[in-house]
Amino acid sequence: MSTVLKSDSKPGTPASATSSIKAKQSLGTRIRRLNIPGGLGGWIWLAVIIIPVYYIVITSLKTSEGYFGQNPMALPTSPTLENYQLVLESNFSTYFMNSVIVTLGSVIPTVLIAFMAAFAIVRGHGRYLKFVNGVFLMGLAIPLQATIIPIYLMIIRLNLYDSLLAIMLPSIAFAIPLTVLILSNFIRDVPNELFESMRLDGCSEWQTMWRLALPLTKPAIVTVAIYNGLHVWNGFLLPLVLTQSPGLRVLPLGLWTFQGEFSVNIPAVLASVVLSTLPILVIYVLGRRQLVSGLTAGFSK
Amino acid sequence: MSSATSHRAVPAPQKLRESVKQKSALPWLTLPALFFFVVFAVLPLIGVLALSFANWDGIGAIGVAGMENWTSVLSDPELYNSLGLTFMIMIVSWLVQTPISLLLGVFTAGTQRYRAALAVLYFLPLLLSSAAVAIAYKALLDPNFGLAMGLGLPFLAQDWLGVPQLALGLIIFVIAWQFVPFHTLIYQGGVRQIPKSLYEAAQIDGAGTIKQFFHITLPQLKYTIITSSTLMVVGSLTYFDLIFVLTGGGPGNSTRILALDMYLRGFRANLMGPASVIAVILVVIGLALALFLQRLGGKDQQGSQLEGM
Repeated sequence: MSTVLKSDSKPGTPASATSSIKAKQSLGTRIRRLNIPGGLGGWIWLAVIIIPVYYIVITSLKTSEGYFGQNPMALPTSPTLENYQLVLESNFSTYFMNSVIVTLGSVIPTVLIAFMAAFAIVRGHGRYLKFVNGVFLMGLAIPLQATIIPIYLMIIRLNLYDSLLAIMLPSIAFAIPLTVLILSNFIRDVPNELFESMRLDGCSEWQTMWRLALPLTKPAIVTVAIYNGLHVWNGFLLPLVLTQSPGLRVLPLGLWTFQGEFSVNIPAVLASVVLSTLPILVIYVLGRRQLVSGLTAGFSK
Repeated sequence: MSSATSHRAVPAPQKLRESVKQKSALPWLTLPALFFFVVFAVLPLIGVLALSFANWDGIGAIGVAGMENWTSVLSDPELYNSLGLTFMIMIVSWLVQTPISLLLGVFTAGTQRYRAALAVLYFLPLLLSSAAVAIAYKALLDPNFGLAMGLGLPFLAQDWLGVPQLALGLIIFVIAWQFVPFHTLIYQGGVRQIPKSLYEAAQIDGAGTIKQFFHITLPQLKYTIITSSTLMVVGSLTYFDLIFVLTGGGPGNSTRILALDMYLRGFRANLMGPASVIAVILVVIGLALALFLQRLGGKDQQGSQLEGM
């Protein structure tokens, strides 16, 4: 190996003396040495992320005098919640409820039917199930944007235009492929002996699915639920094209129109940004561990 | 179903009979998911191809247009402007995001506590909707009351949304800001799956960190790179929300990527036929890129790689 690697400039690390600490130390050395570019990059990127977030939050707490008078990065001298009050008084709660309905109404059916499909694909055999799996895999490459015109046409023909259901139906369809994929990866990891013992106990596949596979894939279900929820909650194009009434706006659309109406009141606009992100932040804080471990397991194989 | 089930290699005949009887209900379980997917994803995909040969203003009756939409769109210089912009943003975004995500992924895969804490904070931009990000950046970039003044960096006080090159640069930066965290996460997971023994062996051979990175980490991350790049490249076709809210395609047409071009033709100019042509082009590019990137992963790996996504 060393001859192959000879051309590089950096001197090698001497092998550690005793094998018992070798494993630990080798990891340690690796990390310590990467600290220089990696650590620098890591902290720089943190600044890149945090500075805008900091600006958004402090500005949303400023009065308009503070916004126009103070240094933009300074903490507000007299923090106020009046911007938040203004946002809450201007239909924000309607947008919020619409987003909740659309998100739950999309995520719950998606996870339920995708779980059933994933269970069948993993547990069953035969050409039909292989074909279904292939269809879903192909679906991963279909961009939602490209199908928006026929979706718009179908929604009009189904008399669903300008309704929350119109947003949910395509949201479910486009969330299915990835959800099936991630869930089937997890169901595949359930030891076969467990399925066998369920079978020997006389359980049907239906019972096995709910009593064995569902509890064992709970972490994956939380992952895909949060991931899909994030997508639907933040979705912009479907609501933009498929709804029209102000009373049916979801949050991203509400933010956009709010920004148009209150373009001079930047602190209020940023308060609406913070408010729209707050529920997702709470869910992220609660489910972060599962979301992150589930996503890395799902994508990094 | 029984004929299909018998393809499976089952040792005992009794087991075969049992599995046939027991698993015959399984295919039914896929029907609800398949139904939704076919009706609201596959059917629209076929529909968009059909509509590309049709005349429709979005409200009235649908007529047959033949090749008219295709000839008019393909001879429209606007299409080539959008195509060029789309590929430019795709390539530059990939070039910017991949090294950053890879290095941050390797970095956050370390065992130190503070690195895990950093990874938590990196995730923040992913929680914001693209609309929220675009709106926030508009405020951030205000020359008098935004970051330029706040940080005392006068070079940030530019007319970001008024000059084509600046608007493009801004879009690429904001896209990176929003999506690098996600790809960092993918690389972090990939790095953690590399067997430690490889590094130990390299150390015994006297390979340094940089050698280890280029000869172990990078090759071992091959499939992670392909997965991340596929998501990045195919995803870049759909940076619609962000650009729509941030620049609306402007100044002029300087940030009018394909997806935006499709929207503006269809829902602003009420030309659903030509817009569908653009949509078909989007689908073809997306599929071609996805297939190409999967090929890079090697033929035999294709199946398992798709599963790994």
